[in-house]
Amino acid sequence: MPCSGASASASRCFTWNNSQQRRSAAKGQLMFDVLVIGAGHAGCEAAAAAARFGARTALLSFRSQDAGQMSCNPSIGGVGKGHLVRELDVFDGLMARAADAAAIHRRMLNRSKGPAVWGPRVQADRVHYRAAIERLLGELPVERIQGEAIALLMEGNRVTGVDLADGSRLLSRTVVIATGTFLDARIFIGEESQASGRSGEQASIRLAHQVRELGLAARRLKTGTPPRLDGRTIDWARLEEQPSDAEAWLFSTHPQPERGLPQLRCAITRTTNATHDIIRAAEGRSPLYSGVIEGRGPRYCPSIEDKVRRFGDRDGHQIFLEPEGLGDALVYPNGISTSMPRDIQTSFVRSIPGLERAEIARPGYAVEYEHVDPRRLGSDLQLRDLAGLYLAGQINGTTGYEEAAAQGLVAGLNAARSAAGQGPTLFDRRSSYIGVMIDDLTLQGVTEPYRMMTARAEYRLLLRADNAVSRLGEQALASNAVSAERATAIRAHLESRSDPAFAASEEGQADALYAPYVERQQREWDAVDRSRCVLIPSDLDYRLLPGLSAEMAERLDAARPETLDQASRIPGITPAALTALYVGTLRAAA
Amino acid sequence: MTSDTIYALSSGALPAAIAIVRLSGLRAEAAAERLAGPLPEPRQASLRRLRAADGSVIDEALLLRFAAPTTATGEPLIEFHLHGGRAVVARLLAELSAMDGLREASPGEFTRRALINGRLDLTQAEGLADLLGAETEWQRRAAMESAGGNLRRLVEEWRKQLVQLSAEAEAAIDYVGDEDETAIDLAGLWERSAELVRLWRGCLAQPPAELLEQGVRIVLAGPPNSGKSSLFNALVGSERAIVTPIAGTTRDLIKARLDLDGMPVTLVDTAGLHDSSDEVERIGISRAEQALAEADILLWLGDPDDAPNLASRLLVHARADQRGPAPAGSIATSVLAKGGLDELRSRLGQQVRNLLPPVDRASLNRRQRQALGEAADILSLTPGDDLLLMAEALRQALASLDRLTGRQSTEEVLDALFGRFCLGK
Repeated sequence: MPCSGASASASRCFTWNNSQQRRSAAKGQLMFDVLVIGAGHAGCEAAAAAARFGARTALLSFRSQDAGQMSCNPSIGGVGKGHLVRELDVFDGLMARAADAAAIHRRMLNRSKGPAVWGPRVQADRVHYRAAIERLLGELPVERIQGEAIALLMEGNRVTGVDLADGSRLLSRTVVIATGTFLDARIFIGEESQASGRSGEQASIRLAHQVRELGLAARRLKTGTPPRLDGRTIDWARLEEQPSDAEAWLFSTHPQPERGLPQLRCAITRTTNATHDIIRAAEGRSPLYSGVIEGRGPRYCPSIEDKVRRFGDRDGHQIFLEPEGLGDALVYPNGISTSMPRDIQTSFVRSIPGLERAEIARPGYAVEYEHVDPRRLGSDLQLRDLAGLYLAGQINGTTGYEEAAAQGLVAGLNAARSAAGQGPTLFDRRSSYIGVMIDDLTLQGVTEPYRMMTARAEYRLLLRADNAVSRLGEQALASNAVSAERATAIRAHLESRSDPAFAASEEGQADALYAPYVERQQREWDAVDRSRCVLIPSDLDYRLLPGLSAEMAERLDAARPETLDQASRIPGITPAALTALYVGTLRAAA
Repeated sequence: MTSDTIYALSSGALPAAIAIVRLSGLRAEAAAERLAGPLPEPRQASLRRLRAADGSVIDEALLLRFAAPTTATGEPLIEFHLHGGRAVVARLLAELSAMDGLREASPGEFTRRALINGRLDLTQAEGLADLLGAETEWQRRAAMESAGGNLRRLVEEWRKQLVQLSAEAEAAIDYVGDEDETAIDLAGLWERSAELVRLWRGCLAQPPAELLEQGVRIVLAGPPNSGKSSLFNALVGSERAIVTPIAGTTRDLIKARLDLDGMPVTLVDTAGLHDSSDEVERIGISRAEQALAEADILLWLGDPDDAPNLASRLLVHARADQRGPAPAGSIATSVLAKGGLDELRSRLGQQVRNLLPPVDRASLNRRQRQALGEAADILSLTPGDDLLLMAEALRQALASLDRLTGRQSTEEVLDALFGRFCLGK
């Protein structure tokens, strides 16, 4: 296997020399610090973060064109999601810059509702987005390997590499699995269903089987997409236009801004009573209702058949018609994801104003997949029971590119740090949405596809999309995984905060707006801090804890909270159980 | 924490007919054996001679042994039923304190151990604290009601409404952009939260639960020699206050706890109010004025025109047998002729009943009032035109309610709870 020309900067020499030594120790066989399986949004960010840290990094993907693929809606950001992208950007992540490079429509959501919940969101040209990710990845010493992992290699309680389908073997100190929905995914279109995806199915199944043997598989979830329309068959003139924001704001604060693309217009239409009648009449043919799909879908962003069933009294549901690219006639009708049969999709689409003559280029479908229980992971996204194995992205039960990418950063950065013998970089829910997500996932697990929302952040007034650098800059610098020019930009921003002119900036004004409320909330947080300090011994046997029901013991055991504060956020934990836990920890401490 | 074996006098104030000293912990049985010789079977009372380390006899006592874990604390438990003299009990406690690994229990520690060992849950412990403190029928009923959860039900109902409001606000913030924009009626949301605040303010305006615990303070006041102490004694039913015809006999405050128709009251006799040159009497008068300021109900025995203007007061025309008919609005009483006392008691009873929190309605203690007051303040201080700040306020109010019920800040709630137990419980 060829060795990529890793150009190590002075500060990274130590790690690089280390990996050279390891390589020779393995008798000529290549030894990576971080091996990332899967080049989706999580995988790319994981590999990029590891490489920025200076780890010897490989990115394994089935096809080389997987990197930066937007498999679902062609947009990046949103409320909560946009916050994640901005935070990822502080750590020099790829997503923000790629989104800036590929944006063909910008909207700052929630403009009317206060800066803390403004949600930057762009429509991105698929082709340009992928090209940007490829370009940014190419600037980093990431070794790209095409192939398919079929089995994890393990020595005792530690992962040591993977075997590939072609018979070769990759050794690595750490492995990040970022394979998306690969665990037994099935695609549904009406009565048709098929195992998802790629050829070489056997191999995937073997890896999936191994993951199951580790006891990681949790439950089935479902997600869906709308049919893709041919934009040339849409009657745009009849539709309400949604222009791009006049101000060309950017996701990234990188000192070299991406060159933008021309901005397009989106349009808005609505379903009608006729649409709903067609869907109702065909309900029996939807796999969602015939019992074929068992997986749980999200309560938010439901399929159109779910909306019709659950909000039957509404006379219409909004649809955003989003172009997929500058050179692409495909249009993504956001709001009507469906798994209805093709003929039903065609007839209900044509009952929508402006879409009377619309051609469906690709039918919508539902994907049902298995995810792992993220409660088995530590805050660094490393499996608690198997050292060196990290999981990131949709496999952990999340939905969305942004959620996946942010996990990729956490897993890749920490895999690299662990390979270099350094302590983890952990994210706190008091200072970032990334911290909120990791804490939620590893503590509460998921019962439906996990999507970021501002409601999940109790420190919401502080966690704004506009102050990500102020919140995370110090931590990003300390992580040793940002470029020199990024580090300079972060330092400059942190210094600018003490400049009198800062008060007039957007960020400074938002700080001032929320200061009195934040001060009032501080008292509440202080109370939380006190219970945060009550540590729960990691070896506490909940079943032996007096006064704790078997059900509560099971919930606590699955989540393994580290503090009383964490325990209080585990779903279904009763006040009485907390009391028993509290006195139990006191006794254990005595 | 549970490594120590603890002991304490678990029965009431000494001297008494019987005093019960309890021992709980792993060394309880060994300690009892050193004092009493071989122990009886569990749960069988046995008369034993307790001997000190020097061989002298402390007392002839009934000894009871309870085997873990089915004891009140979940640990090995011993009870000594002693003769209730101060010296007897002091001697036994001194003997116990000299033994290795034994120490005097801190207040509430027996109950805390019961909780730790799963013999009680928090709500039971809270109910127990109230029941132990109950002196009158009114208090007992209120404790039972509160243990039955009427406050919890009320808070749950408020919580449900808050959660609904909060969910609507959160939906309007988070569900935008890729599906139906959630329209929200901000003014309607604000009005509904204001309605909740009105409910809470109403609840806060009710008498605090502490009044039930401490009893309603009824203060007798008036000029010297107006018959306050005689009336005090008559109401208490014993000669607690010295009564002489000499003006200024009562110098200090004299207090007595009374059960008035099942309701807890504290009756306070005070020095007669006048300009005095006697220094001791002046101190007494200043104390009387202080007591007046803290009175829940005033019994005024002086000239109706001089009566302090208190919301709850009764004008009493004492010594009516000597002074003639009462002015309008005053209750005529005569201790000697036993006249008017029943009427006074019944009028007092009415006033006390109005002041006490109703037994069948949830009353809030200080901690609970603080949490609910916080929730009300947060919501009423929030500008009604900013959805995000509304949403934040709703979340904070929810957190305050959770503090009220103990869903949050478990530690704080537990500390507050155990602080209410006295030694030996």
